[in-house]
Amino acid sequence: MTSRIENGKKHLLGDPIVVLNIGLENFSHELAECDTPVIQLDWKPSAGGNPELANLLSKLGI
Amino acid sequence: MELIEQANQEAIKRILSADPVLVDVVYAKDIVPNLTDKMILHAGPPISWDRMCGPMQGAIAGITVFEGWAKNLKEAAKLAAEGVITFDPNHHHDAVGPMTGITTISQPMLVVENRTFGNRAYCAINEGLGKVMRFGGNDAEVLQRLSWIRDILGPSMGKALREMGGLELKPLIARGLSMGDEMHQRNVACSGLILRAIAGVMAKTADDIKSLSDSLDFISSNDQFHLNIAMAMGKSMMDPVYDIEGSSVVTAMARNGTDFGIRVSGTGNEWFTAPVEMPEGLYFAGFTEADANPDMGDSTIIETIGLGGFAMGAAPAVAGFVGAGAASEAEDYTRLMGEICVDENPEWTIPGLNYLGVPTGIDIRLVVDTGISPTINTGIAHKEPGVGQVGAGIVRAPLTCFENALRRLAENLGIS
Amino acid sequence: MAYTLNKVYQGFYQDSVALMRLSRELKERVGVKEAALMMGSPSNKQILEDAGLLTDTGKAAAGGDLILSIQATDVDTANAVLTVAELKIKGKDNFSTAERDWRPKSIRAAVRAEPSANFALISVPGEFAAAEARKALMHDLNVMMFSDNVPLEEEVQLKQLAGKKDLLMMGPDCGTAILDGIPIAFANKVKNGDIGVIGASGTGIQEVTSLISNHGGGISQAIGVGGRDLSDEIGGLTTLAAIDRLDNDEGTKQVILISKPPGERVLTSVLDRIGQSKKPFTVCFIGATGLQLPPNATAVRTLEETAQTALGGIKFYHSERIDLKVCKGRTQIRGLFSGGTLAAESQLILLDAGQAVSSNAKVPGAQDISEAKNIHKIIDLGDDQYTQGRPHPMIDPEVRSELLLQAHQDSNVGVILVDVVIGFGAHSDPAGNLVNMLTEISVDTSPIIVASVTGTEEDPQIRSKQVKTLKSVGVVVAESNAEATRIALKLLGINS
Repeated sequence: MTSRIENGKKHLLGDPIVVLNIGLENFSHELAECDTPVIQLDWKPSAGGNPELANLLSKLGI
Repeated sequence: MELIEQANQEAIKRILSADPVLVDVVYAKDIVPNLTDKMILHAGPPISWDRMCGPMQGAIAGITVFEGWAKNLKEAAKLAAEGVITFDPNHHHDAVGPMTGITTISQPMLVVENRTFGNRAYCAINEGLGKVMRFGGNDAEVLQRLSWIRDILGPSMGKALREMGGLELKPLIARGLSMGDEMHQRNVACSGLILRAIAGVMAKTADDIKSLSDSLDFISSNDQFHLNIAMAMGKSMMDPVYDIEGSSVVTAMARNGTDFGIRVSGTGNEWFTAPVEMPEGLYFAGFTEADANPDMGDSTIIETIGLGGFAMGAAPAVAGFVGAGAASEAEDYTRLMGEICVDENPEWTIPGLNYLGVPTGIDIRLVVDTGISPTINTGIAHKEPGVGQVGAGIVRAPLTCFENALRRLAENLGIS
Repeated sequence: MAYTLNKVYQGFYQDSVALMRLSRELKERVGVKEAALMMGSPSNKQILEDAGLLTDTGKAAAGGDLILSIQATDVDTANAVLTVAELKIKGKDNFSTAERDWRPKSIRAAVRAEPSANFALISVPGEFAAAEARKALMHDLNVMMFSDNVPLEEEVQLKQLAGKKDLLMMGPDCGTAILDGIPIAFANKVKNGDIGVIGASGTGIQEVTSLISNHGGGISQAIGVGGRDLSDEIGGLTTLAAIDRLDNDEGTKQVILISKPPGERVLTSVLDRIGQSKKPFTVCFIGATGLQLPPNATAVRTLEETAQTALGGIKFYHSERIDLKVCKGRTQIRGLFSGGTLAAESQLILLDAGQAVSSNAKVPGAQDISEAKNIHKIIDLGDDQYTQGRPHPMIDPEVRSELLLQAHQDSNVGVILVDVVIGFGAHSDPAGNLVNMLTEISVDTSPIIVASVTGTEEDPQIRSKQVKTLKSVGVVVAESNAEATRIALKLLGINS
């Protein structure tokens, strides 16, 4: 009752998934193990952790 | 915000489409707008006499004597304190100046014309290293050199440039980058290229052999001769970017030795200032951090157009010289600056980084977001007037300037 | 007299799991009473304050600063530990210079470096997560947000923005997805197939997709929506978007929807949307009753039933005989769950068997754990009270050890029910970890341990290996969590 998915089918996101990982590094390692392209960000809190500026920034389209 | 993205694209378009040409050398009184008698233009954002650092006061006293407004340095300082002499930033007069950045009526100014937009920008001629006015020097030797520049070098360069029909700077910078210059701390290649381009015409238009040989000697013995040309170029490229509604691109960064100031396209001519920081770097033998003056000069216009600290990847030798780490780390600085810029300059590329274009268009949003402040390559002045350069290093633009500019930009756009 | 020392590292960020590992390492040193490494957010400072670990130095820290707090027997010990800690902290601080492979610091820079990026996985602290998600959406990235503690209004705004840009905004508080066969964050390597799953619960998705995969079926896509998506405040924005996606997905022939009972208004809109689909739906709103579903949808009560229904109505049978007997007088079940939805499923089965049950994450019909006495207790160890300042029990099951000992010492407890969740994101050997805990406990008469393993043979931990480890110390292992619960009842002589 189940059918294998053929190659060349449409992807859910339109294209093959390419991940930006922002946060826990372990997720990156595991995605890489599944041969999924992943870029780990060297993330730090936006605006040095100042919530007022971080909020302003996200509204200014960063 | 679509408006900001579009405004920044417009800003980038204007920066990248600039066509800066060194066209002339002309006395300040004949060309710098709104420059009056007994007015001294200085580097950085506006500042009053009492808040100026030692080298800035020293340079002002020196130029006051040079211009004949006072008989000696003591009288000069008195006139300055009493308000007989007026002060204004270079940036308010289409001009820039390195370190103290002193500009007055009788100085010969390099004229760079941005032919795409028709605007012009001005900078005095680089005096060379050691005891010079831009580091606060003001003794007889300093003033004598200034007279020679005024009377001999300036006019002969002007004559040659007019004869040549101007010297295109964009391709010159591109070549300089491939020769290891970043145009702030290292101008060896570009200074050489300038000499090569101008020497023949200067010979052709020279009045006498002594003036010619002195002039060519002066240019060829000064590794930083090109710095002031690059600065006028930077100013001519960024002025057309001024006042694009919504743009978060930095149009000027400048320091007066007390304050660091920035201007942003979307906030027009307002300065956002913060106390200037001390450069970190390497000192010439016999000098230490204790001798250093805080960061100073309009030369940060170089970084504003994507050169200097932003183009460190082109100049691995500078990374070592300014104490920024191993030569192999130079490219990290360029990549880091790429994080805070809107785009790259496809005409100014770095061969060693796979022809990566220099990061262009500092976006205050990205600076505040990442906490990465612009890295500036700078000379370090002695804190006492007249001693001169004591080292070189890097300095970070204070984040507070960018944060305050961001708040104002948001306010202008009705965002809270 | 203990001595407390604080040190603040300005603008220094490390992910919370790395910080917690280091603080545990420091805590194990001789003379150290407590050690904590936390970012200086107001909530973290409160935690430190409450624990007596905050000095004036720490109080001055900003949100982006790292606070190191050490409480030791004396000043010298504290300083010695500080030296050790600094080496470890600084060792990780050589960001741009020591590391030759350059890493982007912002989403914008990352997108510029990799223009084909189309998905952002966000697991930064909650107070910064919304801003990062907004940036990701603005750069046309689909988002999966594992972070929680994002304000409701932010969640609504983000999901509306995603809707406008035709992007998926999975989460906040979404830890599980399988997209085009790729397990993301806490998910299992399941077989490909034509069953699409939408779930507001991570372990719910994991249990259902694993059961389907282990019993001959396969998964096309599994989309997490976040724990609050089906509340009336959020309005099921992501669930509705996910239904649209799976409706249009050629590889998906039928859809499973798993959630806590939705809010009243959102229930109507979700059921309306299901009714418009030509595909069959299996709907598991755990604990909901009296649902009026459209004709193409089937309501089910448990996760097990969800998988069975999607597989065409088959039943999973457990063939092994169990020859264990519970000691006399021990009449209660104690559930110690790392998966919240698994805890909910067990409560439902106990309630359906006519049993009284209490829980810290109760389903309709269950009693409050702090009030009810002497009845079955089902504890969700992923609840905030157990995860403050430490990783989720699926990453680090350490939190279970103390409660395991308590359950052993409680003479009323006849059966301890546990879940072992494997797959990506999970602990590398949760069964081994549990077995170690069990062998450290020495009491005269022990309750029987009944476990289920959520996961597949293809998972890094390998399901059969985990089962074998558990069985080696006499743990009864069931095929599913539902079956484990039924076995527990049976061991107590109760028919289910």
